[in-house]
Amino acid sequence: MISWRAIAAATLLAAAPALVAGEIPSDARRSGYTFMGPDTRAMQDDDTANPGMLFVLDGEALWAKKTGSAEKACADCHGDARGSMKGVAARYPAFDKALARPVTLDQRINLCRANHQQASPLPYESRDLLALSAFVAHQSRGVAITAGDDPELKPFLAQGRDLFMQREGQLNLACTNCHDDNFDRRLAGAPITQAQPTGYPLYRLEWQTLGSLERRLRSCMSGVRAQAYDYGAPELVALELYLMSRARGLPMETPAVRP
Amino acid sequence: MAALINVPAKAKRGDIIEIRTLTSHIMETGFRHTADGALVPRDIITSFTCRYNGTEVFRADLFPAIAANPYLSFFTVAKESGKFEFEWIGDNGYSSTASAPITVE
Amino acid sequence: MPTTRRQFLSLTGGVTIAGTIPIVTMRPLQATPAMLNTAIRNVVGEAQIRTGKVKLDIPPLVENGNTVPMTVSVASPMTANDYVKSIHVFNEKNPQPNIGNFYLNAASGRAQVSTRIRLADTQKVVAIARLSDDTFWQVATEIVVTLAACTEEMN
Repeated sequence: MISWRAIAAATLLAAAPALVAGEIPSDARRSGYTFMGPDTRAMQDDDTANPGMLFVLDGEALWAKKTGSAEKACADCHGDARGSMKGVAARYPAFDKALARPVTLDQRINLCRANHQQASPLPYESRDLLALSAFVAHQSRGVAITAGDDPELKPFLAQGRDLFMQREGQLNLACTNCHDDNFDRRLAGAPITQAQPTGYPLYRLEWQTLGSLERRLRSCMSGVRAQAYDYGAPELVALELYLMSRARGLPMETPAVRP
Repeated sequence: MAALINVPAKAKRGDIIEIRTLTSHIMETGFRHTADGALVPRDIITSFTCRYNGTEVFRADLFPAIAANPYLSFFTVAKESGKFEFEWIGDNGYSSTASAPITVE
Repeated sequence: MPTTRRQFLSLTGGVTIAGTIPIVTMRPLQATPAMLNTAIRNVVGEAQIRTGKVKLDIPPLVENGNTVPMTVSVASPMTANDYVKSIHVFNEKNPQPNIGNFYLNAASGRAQVSTRIRLADTQKVVAIARLSDDTFWQVATEIVVTLAACTEEMN
C-alpha cells in the first residue's frame, strides 16, 4: 500500500511538471467543506448529528469548572463565552507580548492555566484540551478569519510561508505542490483540498475523534515521508499562522467534519 | 462525557417522530494492535435501549463495526406527554443514561 | 481455506512451544462468506430469506471507511398486525460479520434506522428484516470503500 501511494504521488508530479507555486487569489479560496460529499456535509451541518458537538459540550462543562490551585474556572475571568470568546479563535495564532512569539489557541489555554489557574498544562490532543479549544472556537463559528493582522507577526508569517513552499521528505513535496497547484484533483481516491483550516479542531472520520490542525499537519508530513515537527514546535505554529492568514475572510466552521 | 439527544419538544398525538442520539464512546474494536504488537482490548457499547414512559420502544445490539461515538436514529409514534429515557451499556461495566421530555397535544 | 503465511507461522510456533500437535484457535483477519452465512443463520435459523422490502442506503462514494453513514428502511405499514420486529445488518469482510441488530415494534410508526458503521474494505453489506409474521426479507449491496491519501499510522 505504501508503494502504491508513492506511485500515486509520483504520477501527480509527472502530470504537472511545469506548474509553479502560485497562491490562491482570495476570491477563489474554498473551505474543505466544498470538497466533501453530501453525507459528510450533512453530518457537519446538523448539530445533533455532528460528533464534534460532543466535544463542544464537554468544553462547555470544563469552561465553568474550577481548576488548579487558584480554584478558578475560565468563566470566572471570561464570563459567558458566547460573548467573550466570539471571534477570538478567528484571529489565532496570536502574538504574545511576554513570549515575543505567536501562540496557538491550545497554547493560550495552557498559558491561562499556568498563569491564572495555577493548573498543570493539558497535553496536546488530550480530550480536555480539544474540548476546551473546540468550545472556544465554536463561539467564532460563522466569523470571518482575521489571523495574521498584527504587524508583530510578520517574521513568523514569513517563516510559515517559507515552510509551506519548501519541499521536504522522501517524496520531496511542498505543501504548495498539492494545496495551491493541484487542489480539486485527486490523490489515491481522495480530493486534494486547498488546506484552508476553517474548522479546527475538527472531527475527522478517519480519526473517529476530534483533532487539532497540528495533528493534521503532522499526518501530512508523514504522508510525504518527512520527519514531523513535535506538537507546539515553533515551525508548526508558524505554519498554522500562515495557513490561517491564507484563509483570511473564510468563515470559521468549528467543529467541522472532514473525511 | 456528553451525549446529544434530539427529540421534538412537542408533537401531535399519533405523529411519527424521529429520535436521534449521539454519545461519546471510543468503540475500540479489539482487533487493533499497538506499535509494539500488543492487542488493544475490545471496549465497545454493546446495547442501547430507548424507553418511552417506561415502555421499551427501541433497542439495538451494537458490534465493533459501529463507528466511534455511536449515532442512532429511529422512529416512534407520539402517544402521550412524558419522557424518553436512553441507556447505553457496554464492556468493562460501561453504562450511561440520558433523558428528554416531550409534550404531546 | 488455503494456508496463509500468517497461519503457517502460528502453526509452527504452536509446534515449537507445545512440542506436540498444537490446538490452534485462529481468528481469520477478515470475516469470510462462511462466517457471514453462519452469522445470518444464527439470527434467522432455518427460515427462508426472501429478497425485497428492505432498502439499504449507503453513500455511493464512501469518503472514509471508518465512519460510513447507513440507513436501513423496510416497506411495511407498521400496524398492529403487520410490522417489522427487527432489522439485522451484516458485512462480509470486516474482522467480524455482525454490524448491528435493531428491535422495533408496531408503535415504531416507521421501519427505518440510521447509524454510522465501519467498513474495512470494499465489500458486501447485507440487511435482513424480520416481519411480524416471522418471514425474513433481505437486501445485499456491494459498497466500494476507497483508501484515503496521507492517512496516519495507527497510534
